[in-house]
Amino acid sequence: MEVTDLISIKTFCTHYNVPPTFINELQEYELIEIVVSNNVNYIKTTQITEVEKMIRLHFDLNINLEGLDAVYNLLQRVENLQNEITTLHNKLRLYEDL
Amino acid sequence: MAFIDYYKVLGIAKTASEKDIKKAYRKLARKYHPDLNPNDKVAEKKFKEINEANEVLSNAENRKKYDTYGEHWQNSEAYEQAKHQQQQQQRTYQGQSGTYSEKDFEDIFGNMFGGQDFSRGQRSARFKGQDFNAELQLELKDVYEDHKRTLTVNNKNIRITIPAGVENGQTIKIKGHGGKGVNGGPNGDLYIQFAIKNHSKFKRDKDNLYTNVDLDLYTAMLGGDLMVDTFNGKVKLTIKPETQNGTKVKLKGKGFPKYKKEGQFGDLYITYQIKTPTKLTDKEKELFTQLQKLR
Repeated sequence: MEVTDLISIKTFCTHYNVPPTFINELQEYELIEIVVSNNVNYIKTTQITEVEKMIRLHFDLNINLEGLDAVYNLLQRVENLQNEITTLHNKLRLYEDL
Repeated sequence: MAFIDYYKVLGIAKTASEKDIKKAYRKLARKYHPDLNPNDKVAEKKFKEINEANEVLSNAENRKKYDTYGEHWQNSEAYEQAKHQQQQQQRTYQGQSGTYSEKDFEDIFGNMFGGQDFSRGQRSARFKGQDFNAELQLELKDVYEDHKRTLTVNNKNIRITIPAGVENGQTIKIKGHGGKGVNGGPNGDLYIQFAIKNHSKFKRDKDNLYTNVDLDLYTAMLGGDLMVDTFNGKVKLTIKPETQNGTKVKLKGKGFPKYKKEGQFGDLYITYQIKTPTKLTDKEKELFTQLQKLR
């Protein structure tokens, strides 16, 4: 993986002003993946949007880590179901006029 | 703008304490937060309402104005602001530094985030701006090829290329064209969902197309050539003798473009619908009778 796809946790935490322990806890709950390279911990830039969301949910709505884990899994299921609905809706359109 | 009863929005009594307001706000915020209700416009609207209600009621001064002036409380705010500005100007003229206190910054953030408590650990986090959602209505023919479109979002024109083969209900993300970032954070993103109307005679399932073609009885029985419409032109088909009603044929690569796979297409499925002749002449009836006797 290229270095540009990663952001160091230190940089991330400074930018968002969150404690690094929060990121470590997210990893413990397997909500994010931490990449270690040359003894430096990174997160993937593709995960930034998701981590931002978790920061908002945790700090703004006071949802604890267990809650975040549950919410996150449910949101994923909602997204999958929405995609399935869209696919089924498109399939239904195919047969509507028959 | 219609008057909004902020107490009603938060479901609290007018005598509610600060703690009650905070509790009611947090409960409703958890229920309607956009992160927890993706693509839900009703929840988004509700969240804005409860934020607005909290912004006013959680601030003792604003709450007092709201309780006093009711519907017109914002006019009183404008008056107060004008008065405040005037006082500030006077202070500047007197050579005093008009710097903001920490509390002022908290108020600014509070306003930006709709009154949420941002004083935790003295954080002044940089946050990504709000994501915007938009729906773009297109015809099926519009997405048969790459398609350029200019959209106006918040008075800004954005030129986008819609890749051929996008699906109805599909969403694409235009990075950085959402709301402005907060405190130096990156801008939000613009999510465009496609609503694709199909007024053609072709039905679409992902990258395959389906259509029915009428076939006259004689061509069906004896075979022959037939010109049929595909999505982007006509092709000549050879009909086999003794073709049955409902027979399906596949025209490989004559379907819809595959999304983000340039030069690749799905298939076109044609179903033959045999049309039997009507208004037969006496001669035709006689010949069909002869045929019947032969069978």
